[in-house]
Amino acid sequence: MRRSLLFIPGNNPGMLQSSDVFEADAVIFDLEDAVSGTEKDSARFLVTSYLKNYSPSLEVIVRINGFDTPFCAEDLKALFMLDNLNTIMLPKARVEDLLQLSEMIKNNKKDIKIIPIIEQAISLIEVDQIAKLELVDGILLGAEDFTKDLEVTRTKEGVEIFYARNRIVTACKAYKIDAIDTPFTDTTDNEGLTKDTKFAKSIGMNAKSAIHPNQIETINQIFTPTTKEVDYAKRVLMARDEAFAKGLGVFSLDGKMVDKPVIERAEKVLEKAKKFGVL
Amino acid sequence: MDKNNGIRKYKTFINSEDYKNHPRKLIDKKNKADNTIWLKSLEDVFDFLNITDGMCLSFHHHLRNGDYVLNDVCKVIKKRNIKNLSIAASSIFPNNKPLVELIENGNVTNIYTNYLNGPVSDAIVSGKLKGELIMNTHGGRARSIESGEIKIDVAFLATPTVDKCANGTGAMGPVACGSLGYAIPDSLYANKVVLVTDNVIEKLDQYDIDGKYVDIVCQVQAIGDAKGIVSGTTKITKDPTGLKIARDTVKLLDEIGLIKDGFSMQTGAGGTSLAVAYYVRKLMEEKNIKGSFATGGITSYFVKMLEDGLLKDIYDVQCFDLDAVRSYKENRNHHGMSASMYANPYDENVIVNKLDFVILGATEIDLDFNVNVTTDSHGNVIGGSGGHSDTANGANVTVIVTNLVKSRMPIIKEHVTTITTPGSDIDVLVCERGIAINPRRKDLLEKVKGSKLNICTISELLEIAHHYTGKPKPSHHTDQIVGEVMYRDGTIIDHIYKK
Repeated sequence: MRRSLLFIPGNNPGMLQSSDVFEADAVIFDLEDAVSGTEKDSARFLVTSYLKNYSPSLEVIVRINGFDTPFCAEDLKALFMLDNLNTIMLPKARVEDLLQLSEMIKNNKKDIKIIPIIEQAISLIEVDQIAKLELVDGILLGAEDFTKDLEVTRTKEGVEIFYARNRIVTACKAYKIDAIDTPFTDTTDNEGLTKDTKFAKSIGMNAKSAIHPNQIETINQIFTPTTKEVDYAKRVLMARDEAFAKGLGVFSLDGKMVDKPVIERAEKVLEKAKKFGVL
Repeated sequence: MDKNNGIRKYKTFINSEDYKNHPRKLIDKKNKADNTIWLKSLEDVFDFLNITDGMCLSFHHHLRNGDYVLNDVCKVIKKRNIKNLSIAASSIFPNNKPLVELIENGNVTNIYTNYLNGPVSDAIVSGKLKGELIMNTHGGRARSIESGEIKIDVAFLATPTVDKCANGTGAMGPVACGSLGYAIPDSLYANKVVLVTDNVIEKLDQYDIDGKYVDIVCQVQAIGDAKGIVSGTTKITKDPTGLKIARDTVKLLDEIGLIKDGFSMQTGAGGTSLAVAYYVRKLMEEKNIKGSFATGGITSYFVKMLEDGLLKDIYDVQCFDLDAVRSYKENRNHHGMSASMYANPYDENVIVNKLDFVILGATEIDLDFNVNVTTDSHGNVIGGSGGHSDTANGANVTVIVTNLVKSRMPIIKEHVTTITTPGSDIDVLVCERGIAINPRRKDLLEKVKGSKLNICTISELLEIAHHYTGKPKPSHHTDQIVGEVMYRDGTIIDHIYKK
């Protein structure tokens, strides 16, 4: 259960060192798009050296280079030497690649999860199969590459990714994994970030990636249950306990019927509230 | 401390409350015998006042890096080869480079200042100043002047506008700089007061410097460059670590109950300090809280809070940006004050004692919470107390905000290179990896019990820093003292050594 995932360029020592102070739920050390072709070796060396010496107190994800690049094998070889890597993020993910990656993880006896990035139309078509893979515990929409593949313009409003967002959310919810929204790329527009994140939440995304530490506070705030939501959830569960004690299956609270879905929603809210430290 | 050269004796620092055991010392305010004289050049002033070897000349720093007056006076000193002068300038900036040659030639042998960086500091740390360097605090300088400890023969006060009655203001003129708070003690106690101006008008309704103390008005072509007036650090930081520190600071202030109706504050002009002001404002708006006053160096953030009704008053000893200058001129609730009223421990209305909290920076902080803002870890003078020690002592809660590691160096040390502000006056350190509360403040520790704040000890933070950087090798200095850090009460709290 994540809310915020912070991308950190793998070739920036200062950012690596402070990557765990911004209260993101996960940090993504990027070996792919944030690193130019000539820097791939040094970024890989820097990230793995950092992780050999430090264990940040949050989920550690490394975005490797895609299976269609000459860097992927070297990335994986280096990462399998580590003991504190939690998750591998695979760009331009296809089912076939993910199966291969899953097998490699198992062969190396590593407890590593996978977050595939959906950034091609063909990947979106495969998303149901991707979501049900054993090691996949979240899916990220990569809207920049995805819209390039669709040959459409990327906009702040995001009409062009509306279908993809919904498609990913549905697949993730079906298999109870994280639906992770694409980053909001204007790092100076907090109002836009707020609007975009609220919209993503409204259609079922439960987390969002960030490309700047200053985006984390907003993302966390939006995906954390509010005091009002927490209070209501507590009242639902108290009313449930009272009703069950009386042998009632359905009961009402504030004049509205409370049934199983409402109870489950309340339980989920409290689970999130507990995890994110607001309970 | 006894200076070996016998110029003067200073006592050693005891504690920050010791001044209460000693009465205030006041010399008589100056008496102007004659009418104000109007002159057209600094040369004429030197002739008229017969400025000669061994005198003490004072200056203020309200024009900061845009100031011409100190440098123009240096030119006259050099031309006339006057020797053994003392310079009492409230701050010395990189643009005051002409002082270096005067130091090297023995024209200037003693310097009293509250803040020093650039070429002059390099010259002094390399041992070129023949007499003494005393690093005062803003309040301590006012105390030194009123007590006669610094005896000013001639105060050269850059004044953006002067009226025909010799009253002076910083509120208007080609190089308007706002409050002239640091110049006021000089104007009251210097033997001779010279207002150096490039703008004369018929009459001022409000003024910082009262014409009754002014001996000479010297009207020159230009007293400074307006572009240099704005302080270098008047925008909130965009650095995510600085913002995180600022957010955590405001969470702490809220947790210990300081953000409430009627509260007062000072935040420095550094990027992180200003970010604290930004988040304080956000919280005030969320909770519909109205503060009483803000003080210190004033920036547009406080001006906006005043104009938006979030603050009732601003008490301004110096303006850090042009919005503050405008507000100082236009807003009746934006009050000027002297350095004495701001921070002199003996001033009966001293504002720093009314502060609920102050947010300050640190170059280094040690396990006893002593703070260094005077030198870097190599012993170079890169600043000075300014109002650091004054506000730290006066405010109810003093918070240091700083990154744990800067340029690969831990900011926490076992012992600071130079003590500027004693640890007994520092209550909290907030850095990106945690909040350390001085064990002396049991009341604050009690208030944060059970909170979600990441409270740790300063030793734990030092350990974290060393985990990342390793333990730095100490930097060595010679045994030769080239300057003294004077606490606000006139005692010596630490020494500055030759490199």
